[in-house]
Amino acid sequence: MLDDLDRRLLRQLQSDPELGTAALAEAAGTTPAVCSRRLARMRDRGILRGQEAVIDWHRLGYAVHVSLRFTLDKTHTNAFDVFIREARKVPEVLEIQTFLGGVDVRLAMIARDMAHYQHLYRSRILTLPHIADIEALVHVASIKDEEALPL
Amino acid sequence: MIDLDETDRQILRALRQDASLSAGELGRRFGLSQPACWRRVKRLTEAGVLTGRRLVLDREALGFGVTVFLGVKLATKGRVSLDEFERAASAIPEVQTVEHVLGLFDYRIRVVARDLPDFERVLRRRIMTLPGAGNVEANVMLSEERLPGPL
Repeated sequence: MLDDLDRRLLRQLQSDPELGTAALAEAAGTTPAVCSRRLARMRDRGILRGQEAVIDWHRLGYAVHVSLRFTLDKTHTNAFDVFIREARKVPEVLEIQTFLGGVDVRLAMIARDMAHYQHLYRSRILTLPHIADIEALVHVASIKDEEALPL
Repeated sequence: MIDLDETDRQILRALRQDASLSAGELGRRFGLSQPACWRRVKRLTEAGVLTGRRLVLDREALGFGVTVFLGVKLATKGRVSLDEFERAASAIPEVQTVEHVLGLFDYRIRVVARDLPDFERVLRRRIMTLPGAGNVEANVMLSEERLPGPL
């Protein structure tokens, strides 16, 4: 299991993933050698998987961000698999989540503008297999977007 | 808006997978010199396309077995209550993202918890008591995948 030092290291790294070993060690109150060893151990155990770059799609000309929530027709036994396989082929889809509850699947999708969104919606989304119902939530603003864990 | 060529796209795709890749490593991969690659990353960063890095952690290994997406409808509206709601929701440690949306709900909130009883505690003590919170819909996430996007 993780101890307090591991948690401190992860907390610091979560708030600033670009910290070097020396700065990280100092912030967490340990030595660079111990810090490196702890990070290596967490990597080996698959806890620390890596870092991903965050891309601002607005800056690439994608002004519209929509959350599409689907209820699937589950009379088809493989409805989820088939739906997800097809949804993956839509380049503008950034995330696919499945749920237990009223909503079966959610897609996060971006589009250049509302006209582009409407085009994608008609040609790529409504044509996905086994849809029983769709709801769209249009993203207005991101208030908190850290996705940090409360370690 | 910034124009991207195929090499920029390759660099963005690679960094989205692993943000810790150095300019030298990226350059070797895509047949560029280290300085040429560094200049491209710098241009993408200065244009606001690359906004930072996010640590990728194994949630379950760290004891966060449950992720829930909440749709929250405000009971009362008005400029003041929106600000108050947003501030209070963002301050909850278990809340990972808060998005203002248009549609069936006013806010989309992503919450992590240790298990379902822990989620129930967060929901009752923290979410239901948010200023102005009305109807709340919860969907427990079963699976998630992130896609590279239109690069």
